[in-house]
Amino acid sequence: MSERCAVIGIGQTEHRESRKDVSLPGLLREALFRALEDAGRTLADMDAIVIGTAPDMFEGVMMPELFMADALGAVGKPIFRVHTAGSVGGSTAVVASHLIQHGVHEQVLTLAFEKQSEANAMWALSPAIPFQPQLVAGAGGYFAPLIRSYMARHDAHPDAGPMVAVKDREHGLLNPNAHLHLTQTLDEVKAAPMLWDPIRYSETCPSSDGAVAMVLANDKHAKGCKNPAWVLGTSVRTERTFMAGRDQVNPGAGQLCAKDVYDQAGIDPRKDVDCAEIYVPFSWFEPMWLENLGFCDPGEGWKWSMEGKTRIGGQLPLNMSGGVLCTNPIGASGMIRFAEAARQVRGTAAAHQVDGAKIAVGHAYGGGSQFFAMWAVGSKRP
Amino acid sequence: MRDIAIVSFAQLPSERRADPRDEAEMLEPIINEALGKVGLTQDDVGFTCSGSSDYLIGRPFSFVAAVDGLKAWPPIRESHVEMDGAFALYEAWVRLLHGDIDVALVMSFGKGSLGSIPDVLNLQNDPYYVQPLGLDSISSAALQARALIDAGKATEKDFADIAVRSRRDAMQNPFAQVKGEFDAKKILKEEPYLASPLRKSFCPPLTDGAACVVLATAEKARAICSRPAFIRGIDHRVEANSLGLRDLTVSTSARLAGERAGVGKAKVDVAELHAPFAHQEIILKEALGLDSSVRINPSGGALAANSIMTAGLTRFGEAASRIMDGSAKRAVAHCTSGACLQQNLVAVLEAE
Repeated sequence: MSERCAVIGIGQTEHRESRKDVSLPGLLREALFRALEDAGRTLADMDAIVIGTAPDMFEGVMMPELFMADALGAVGKPIFRVHTAGSVGGSTAVVASHLIQHGVHEQVLTLAFEKQSEANAMWALSPAIPFQPQLVAGAGGYFAPLIRSYMARHDAHPDAGPMVAVKDREHGLLNPNAHLHLTQTLDEVKAAPMLWDPIRYSETCPSSDGAVAMVLANDKHAKGCKNPAWVLGTSVRTERTFMAGRDQVNPGAGQLCAKDVYDQAGIDPRKDVDCAEIYVPFSWFEPMWLENLGFCDPGEGWKWSMEGKTRIGGQLPLNMSGGVLCTNPIGASGMIRFAEAARQVRGTAAAHQVDGAKIAVGHAYGGGSQFFAMWAVGSKRP
Repeated sequence: MRDIAIVSFAQLPSERRADPRDEAEMLEPIINEALGKVGLTQDDVGFTCSGSSDYLIGRPFSFVAAVDGLKAWPPIRESHVEMDGAFALYEAWVRLLHGDIDVALVMSFGKGSLGSIPDVLNLQNDPYYVQPLGLDSISSAALQARALIDAGKATEKDFADIAVRSRRDAMQNPFAQVKGEFDAKKILKEEPYLASPLRKSFCPPLTDGAACVVLATAEKARAICSRPAFIRGIDHRVEANSLGLRDLTVSTSARLAGERAGVGKAKVDVAELHAPFAHQEIILKEALGLDSSVRINPSGGALAANSIMTAGLTRFGEAASRIMDGSAKRAVAHCTSGACLQQNLVAVLEAE
């Protein structure tokens, strides 16, 4: 590593169920110009574009960065497309940060998006695949048994998941960019229809159209910026889908990914992290990831969630923006976590700011919990 | 910047149809072959990156199945690009610059047999204005070939000569799919147009294939490979998608990438150009400043085997093999993506 990397600009779209008011390039340009304005830069200043999105079938365009190259200001420049399932927003930011850290480029625009209203994600997730049983279960059907396994393993109180939904939706009310702005009580969450036991409708993420962009810069360019978020550590980890003995409740890939980031950043997750944005598409993944990422011991996660430790003002605020439970443009959801972590240490998170946040973690996962991407960012140059 | 080299390459024999093998079954043998050639196992790999496209397979997350062709336990550092495997090689090169690991594995797979490739590639076009027109990849390439003829830069005979040379060279390549002695005059006289001025011989075959490349940092490369192919320069550039916004007879993005990779800094012995259509070789040679002394596509190139998402990585593997086998000192490897050479990745490989 020859250079330090900092986030100097962040932009997000308005996230809604359907952004019929903009085309695909229009959606991305909304995010990227906000990021450039935040950074005090123009497209001409960018050396390269690194873009991520989940499966192309979610929009019906094969390698959509190609047709959007001119709209993204990439003509004559490198544009690079990452796709690592739900973790893609995170891994895209990791690739972009490496281009800076290794001196390949000085300023990079990285973005991620999903425009779910262009197609049908549930359909795109449920094709008949040769040699495999057709699941037609969507993500919720895949993850529900893992959640039940978690609950059984640790004798978790059944209210823990619903309480996470209440908390994240409360946080989402503080974030004008959030897709869902819902006031809901614990009783209301528990009264919602059961979709995939134990996942109720009220405990699932929405389908969103949205995009996020970040401007990453090296020392030279970050120096003049008011409040850069410095990248302290990045990591990706992958494990197999099919493997005897694989623990999908507490995956080894997630544990290793987190440890790698903490080691690079030289931080103790139980002492030094002020807040985190983690990928929680179904409420119960908050306690599961709390344990998987080493913030607490196995079996303690559901208690943390119930005790309010993960609220703004709590011991370890999680998903201050409302998280994936309030906003889920799938391919962008990971990068939104990374960007929201950066906003916290830049002190620009407005109403959902954690007071004095100096070190924050962004986390994304994908597939059937095989793919993990994380970074830690700090307000101080390492 | 650290020196990184290609130290090994393995590929599947290119076939019209590799059924009934799935992604993992296609990749697993060549992963272990490529690593085995340099005495490594999967436990020695610090980073793995693959390139593929969901739309070829007709399912989302097709790369997920490819991970099951890997040991991947303990969990590995891994990434995937929805691009040709040559771009996965680029990401692996960037990752090795980090300095904490010394070996990277790059792989890609593509099954052209599962759909109608020319029509599938229309899905790369603007979904609002162009896709509904049904502009398939052969038609857009034909517009480019026509522009080249109209500009007086090439003739149909030039296309035929390139096709004949490529498939003749492919006779020496056991992995090539379309090979043999063909007659340019006969092609021009007897073969009907698929889309004028393109005849079948000027177009790439439909191919199932997979390829795997091993990269290593300088010290490691020297230890495990007698003649590593060092990456002396690598760069990629894109241009606008709309054919109307470009001069199709030139490749600005290939020229820019070639300049930044340093192609012109010294004599080039051999170039593996990813030119799926015969006429694109002419455009790429001009863009990269390659004269008649440069041996172009001794493997037969993409006209002899064109597994989508793999053909570019195969060019890198073939170019590196010419360095590793001692037949070249300095080679150019190239990969293209998008309609009419929209995006181009160029690398300069050298022996020490």
